[in-house]
Order: sequence, then C-alpha cells, then structure tokens
Amino acid sequence: MIPELGSFSLILALCLSALLGSLPIAGAHYNNPVWISMARPLTAGVFVFLGLAISALAYAFITDDFSVSFVAQHSNTLLPMRYKFTAVWGGHEGSFLLWTFMLAGWMLSVGIFSKSMPEEFVARVLGVLGILIFGYILFMLATSNPFDRIVPLPPADGADLNSALQDIGFILHPPTLYMGYVGFSVVFAFAIAALLSGRMDAAWARWSRPWANVAWAILTVGIALGSWWAYYELGWGGWWAWDPVENPPMITWLFGTALIHSLAVTEKRGMFKSWTVLLAILAFSGSLLGTFITRSGLLTSVHAFASDPSRGFFILGILGISIGGSLLLYALRAPLMKGSFGFEYTSREFFLLVNNVILVVSAASIFLGTLFPMVYQAVTDDLISIGPPYFNTIFVPLMMLLFVFVGIGPLSRWKQTSWTYLAAQLGKVLFASLLVGLIFPLIVLSKFSVAATITLILASWIVFAIGKDISNKVANKRSTLRGLKSLSLSYYGMVLAHIGIAVMLIGAALTSFFSEERSVLLAPGESVELGGYLFTLEGSARIEGPNYIGDEAELTVVNDGKVLTVLYPQRRLYVASGTPSTEMAIDAGFFRDLFVTLGEEKGAGAWSMTLYVKPFVRWIWLGAIFMAIGGTLAAGDKRYRRLRIKAAEKSGRESKTQTAAELQPA
Amino acid sequence: MKAHRRKRLGVILFVAAGLSVAVGLTLYALSQNIDLFYTPTQVAQGEVNAGQRIRIGGMVREGSVQSAADSLAVRFVATDYTNDVPIYHEGILPDLFREGQGIVVEGSLDNAGVFQASRVLAKHDENYMSPEVKAALDAAGTAPESAATRPGT
Repeated sequence: MIPELGSFSLILALCLSALLGSLPIAGAHYNNPVWISMARPLTAGVFVFLGLAISALAYAFITDDFSVSFVAQHSNTLLPMRYKFTAVWGGHEGSFLLWTFMLAGWMLSVGIFSKSMPEEFVARVLGVLGILIFGYILFMLATSNPFDRIVPLPPADGADLNSALQDIGFILHPPTLYMGYVGFSVVFAFAIAALLSGRMDAAWARWSRPWANVAWAILTVGIALGSWWAYYELGWGGWWAWDPVENPPMITWLFGTALIHSLAVTEKRGMFKSWTVLLAILAFSGSLLGTFITRSGLLTSVHAFASDPSRGFFILGILGISIGGSLLLYALRAPLMKGSFGFEYTSREFFLLVNNVILVVSAASIFLGTLFPMVYQAVTDDLISIGPPYFNTIFVPLMMLLFVFVGIGPLSRWKQTSWTYLAAQLGKVLFASLLVGLIFPLIVLSKFSVAATITLILASWIVFAIGKDISNKVANKRSTLRGLKSLSLSYYGMVLAHIGIAVMLIGAALTSFFSEERSVLLAPGESVELGGYLFTLEGSARIEGPNYIGDEAELTVVNDGKVLTVLYPQRRLYVASGTPSTEMAIDAGFFRDLFVTLGEEKGAGAWSMTLYVKPFVRWIWLGAIFMAIGGTLAAGDKRYRRLRIKAAEKSGRESKTQTAAELQPA
Repeated sequence: MKAHRRKRLGVILFVAAGLSVAVGLTLYALSQNIDLFYTPTQVAQGEVNAGQRIRIGGMVREGSVQSAADSLAVRFVATDYTNDVPIYHEGILPDLFREGQGIVVEGSLDNAGVFQASRVLAKHDENYMSPEVKAALDAAGTAPESAATRPGT
C-alpha cells in the first residue's frame, strides 16, 4: 500500500511540476500577476509530494518490503538499519529519486530566500526549474520507477546492498555530491530567466552569486568525500584515478569555479555578461551530462546503453532539449547584450579572464578524454581506454599555470594595475616563496626534489600573496584588529578558498612524490620496514559481523623503538551476496597516513599484504574543507542581504530602460 | 582601428592562441595514451607486438590460477574459451578475482608470449560483465546468456 502511495505522490508531483513549468513563465511573459503568484505554492507542492515519495521508499526499505523490486535488489533483512535507510540511493532508481528530491529542495529554498527579488523574475526562475523537474519525474515514472513491484512471487529475502557501499562514505558522499550538482541547476535557471527577461545586469549577478557559491562549496565537499572514500575503501591507496565516473563532477566543478569568478566581474564591473551566462549553462550541462552518462551506461560501454534503449533515448531527449534549448536561447539573446570593454592587460578583469580560460580548457580536455573512447568506438569499432597519464599530462601543467595567477589576481586592481605596482607587490612574495621552496624540502624531507620544490614555491606564492594583500588592506587602518574587522566576509571567503588551494596542492604533490608502498608476504612474528616504520604481523583471527564473516590481522607499528599504533586490516565475505571485501586499516595523521591492505592467506597464518606510508595525504581533503568554508563565507556576505532590496529597486529601474534599449532589435 | 577595438582583438587573439595550444597539447597527449583493447584470440593470432601497452579482457580459466607460496606472484590464464593467454602478475589481486570470473588486465606481452600484467581489474559486481570481457566473448561466440545485465549506479 505504502509503495503505491509513493507512486501516486510521484504522479501528483508530475502534474504540479507541469503547471509550475508553464503558468509562471507564461504569467511573467503576459504580465498576469495571478499566474506569477502561483510559482511559490506550486514549488512547495512539488517538494511535499517528492518528499512523500522518498519517505515511502525509505519506509519500504526499513520494513523489508521485498515485493518492491528496487528494495529486493538493494537490501537484505540482515543489513544494518543505517544502510537500509541509505540504500534508498544504493541504485539507479532510488538515487534518481534522491536527485530529483534534492532539486525540489533547492527550488523550495529559492522560493523562500527570494523575497527581495522581483516577482516575475522569481516566477521565471522557478518556472525553468519546474520544466526541468517535470522532465526528471517523467523519466522516473516512464523508465525507472523505484516503486515497481515484483508480482506475483516476491523473493523471501533481498539481494543485499553492494558490499563496497556499506560504509559511512556511502551515507555521506552521494547526497552531498548530488546536492552540489543540482545546485548548479539553480544558477542555470537564474541565467535562463535572465535570458528570457533580457535582464542581464549587476543585480542579476548579485542574486546569482550566493547560489553559485553555495552550490560550488557543496560540490567541493561532495567530490572531496568521494576522493576520501575511494582512498580508504578501494584499497589501492589512491585518492584520484581519473575514472570516467569521477570526471563529470570534476568538469562541473571546474566550470563552476570559472563561473563564480566570472560572476564577480559581472557584479562588480558589469562585464563578461554573456560569458557568465554561457558558463552557467556549461556548468549545468556538465552536471546533467555527468549524471546521465553514468546512469545510461553510456560511458563505460555503448553495449550497456543499447541494452536498455528506452532509458537511454529518454536521457538523450532530456539532455538534448535542456542543453540544446538553452544554447539556442543563448545564441538568440546573448548578442543583444552590450558588453563594455574598459580594462587593461594588467587589470584584475584580465587576470580573471586568464583564470577562466585555463579552467574552461582544463574542463574541456577532461571532457574530451572521458568521451573519446566512446567516440572512437563508434567510429572505428575498436575498444580503447584513456588512462590517467593523459589526464595528468594535461591537467597538472594547466593547474600549475593557474596557480601562478591565483597569486597575482587578488593583488591586482580593477580596470588597471601598473606593472611597477605589481612588480613591487610581488617581488618580495616571489623571493619569500623561492626561499621556502628551496629550503623547506631540505629540512623536512632531508632530500632535494625538483617537483616538491616547484610545488612548495607555488603553494607559498599563493599564501604569501594573500598575506601581502591582507597586510596592504590593514596597513592604513588605525589598528590591525580594526583593519581585519573592516574586511568583508566575502573577502575572507576568497582568502580561505585560495589558502585551501595551496593546502591541497601541498597534499596532492607530496603524497604523489613521496608515498612509499610495498607488497609483502608476512608470517606471524615477521616484520618489514617501510619509510622508517617497522610493521610486525602479530597474528590473525576469525571475525563475524552482522551480515559478514571474515579474517582480521593484527599489525603493530614501531617507530624509533616505540609502539606507535596497532592496525587491524580485515577481509570480509558478505554472506547474502557472497561478495568479498577488503577493509583497510589506516592510522591517519596530520603529516602522514599509515595504511595496510590485506591480501590473501597463504597457509600457516601467513598473509600477503600491501603497506603504504603516505605523507601529507590528509591535506588534500583539508584543502577542500578550506575551499568549501570559503565558498560558504562568501555566500554569507552581508551585502547580499542588506543591499538586496535597495539594489533590486535601483537596478530594476535601470534594467527596464536598459532592457528596452537592448532588446529593440529583437 | 579604435583603441578599445584593438584591445578586444588582442584579447580574442590571446584566447584563441591559448585555446589552440591547449587543443594541440591535448590531442598529442591523447594520441600518446590510448590503450588499445585486444581479445585473447587476437593475441593468439599474433596481432600484438611484444612490449606494446594493451588491455586484454577475458575470463579466468578454471583451475589455471597458481600463486607462489612465498611471494605475491600469480600466474593464470585469461581465455575467451577459444584461445588462451598466460598472464603473470605480481601484487594483490582485486576482491572479485576468482576462477571463471571476467577480468581485464593491463600491461604488455614479453618475448616468451607471457602477458606481464601491471594491473588486474575485476568489477565490484558479479552480475556486471565489463564491456571489454563481453566483447571478447562475443567475438569468440562464447558469451553466456545472462552477460548483459547491469546494475543502476
């Protein structure tokens, strides 16, 4: 009964979203205040019914209702309760429902936090999102309804959740990633609403910015969580593999990063307008393409795509309509926007343009590498794969170049910065960074490495440039504290996010260059030395969990004659599905991780295992946390709240005259 | 030409130059990093040169896995049930590596015709058969009936 209610809620949400996608936009076009005013109630309705649907699915999981096919495939009576609940997003159908529900959540927040924007603009934004969510729900009902029953004979027990997913990473990573992903739909809807209304001004950029920042911050956390999860769950000690499924979030993130910088120029200087809109469309397309490619199986194989043609074609339809339609609208409307061009080659605008070009090129090359095997197969019928070397060859040098500009950007000024000023500002910064880069590796790592030196120079270049900028800003205030207080929240957001880049850079580089690993076979009592740590296998024992059985080894780690820690890596066999799974043992530290993966038992209690010492690996995710906090701070800047109404009124007047003038040729 | 026009042209040229360098580098990197995929039958027919980096997809032949007692070295045979390729790998095998299971190996053939695998991939879901393995079995006409199912995520 409950699953049928879930299905019914989906149908109601579909009907409401059909209204939401048509009435408010038409109302805004024909100036019908009643239709415009229906945007918010309809949004709330869509949210409520999708909420009911996802609750119904969760209820089916918790009560072990294996007559629902999705539940039977992804749960089991022995599955611990927290995984029963989160198995809702353990497969395609449920995770798509979560995705759609997240979008409804974003829409509801737009409805709530948009009181200061003009009503017809909000109506257009919610209307665009309504069209989008209508497509999603239709897709769900037509091809992947999570409430489909198994009739007439439901199985007695479920097939269990994939053992690799039974982990805290699975509870956290997908919802966060989806929320970030879907957040870019909101920015996209703002851009489309702006195109529809011809209202493309500083006020529009100011309204979009907090949403873009928050979506970007959440996506950052989502990607970092995925990387962290892969690191400790997959057992190869890596944190990024350029896997086709990892790449679309990265592409979206790079477009998103370009977008939040370009929005800054649009808000402050009224420039890059059409470019900003294009980035909003691209970031959204990245998120859509990513999720759908993964779901259709298009990416790993054209065969899997062909094996489910209805789903695949539906997906292509949604992709084509939303991306093609928005690009068409862009092509029609963007040329009518007047852009001014008053800046010099050494201005902040120019440096932000460089930032944008580098980010977009990086995103495009990842996109190319991800889709190339598919295109290649379609053309030549040969199967190929593009490995990490391709992505590293392209991505690493581009990022290095970008980081040079990350240092310069904040110190430069709008419109024009003189070379002498820049040189004076950056001379000391360069000197200090060179010093750190050359000296520091010798002291800390007691060896010289070109790669580590370059990395450290770049990281300290970013940090010192920020420090210089802060000290400039504080210098002419009466006291340092007063000066620090006078700086805006969004400035601190920028500072934190840029320092986050430096932290992540240090982590990524030092882990890549100085990690040590060794695969060994140890009998009980035997030890092996790696990176100054002595690992001794004490023994192994049988273990039994709620839905698995397995073995657990015990290793003591000795450093400088003292026992540092005891590690317990496991090998599990999940009973219901018969899948084996390796559980890493990790001793996490600020400066290094110790990491053990258990292989197999080779008689007489001897185990094969791989040991890793990974310096600074935590800094990768610490950097991401810094960036995310930075993005959130920037979104919380008081100017978005206090000045909202005033600015809206002012620019509302401006844009009316502007719009009339700009759109005349249409 | 007006000053701001010239500047705009400058920026456009700059962007275009940057883009073309990037495209050039990308295509170069792409051409250097393509790992072609072969089936055991193609390898047996001598289509692959020794030392060339490739991928092979196939099933682990039942009863072929021999692991050394005192090291991590493993020998097994990848097969499409028409032809076999002997594989040598040193390292820990993935969780789902089992006899009769589909796998993909990455590496190169040595002069003795043994495939030195630098990486062995097995999927995390036993219902899912990777496209490479399926292609290999399809090509050899030995694909099992249920090979096409695939999970959602």
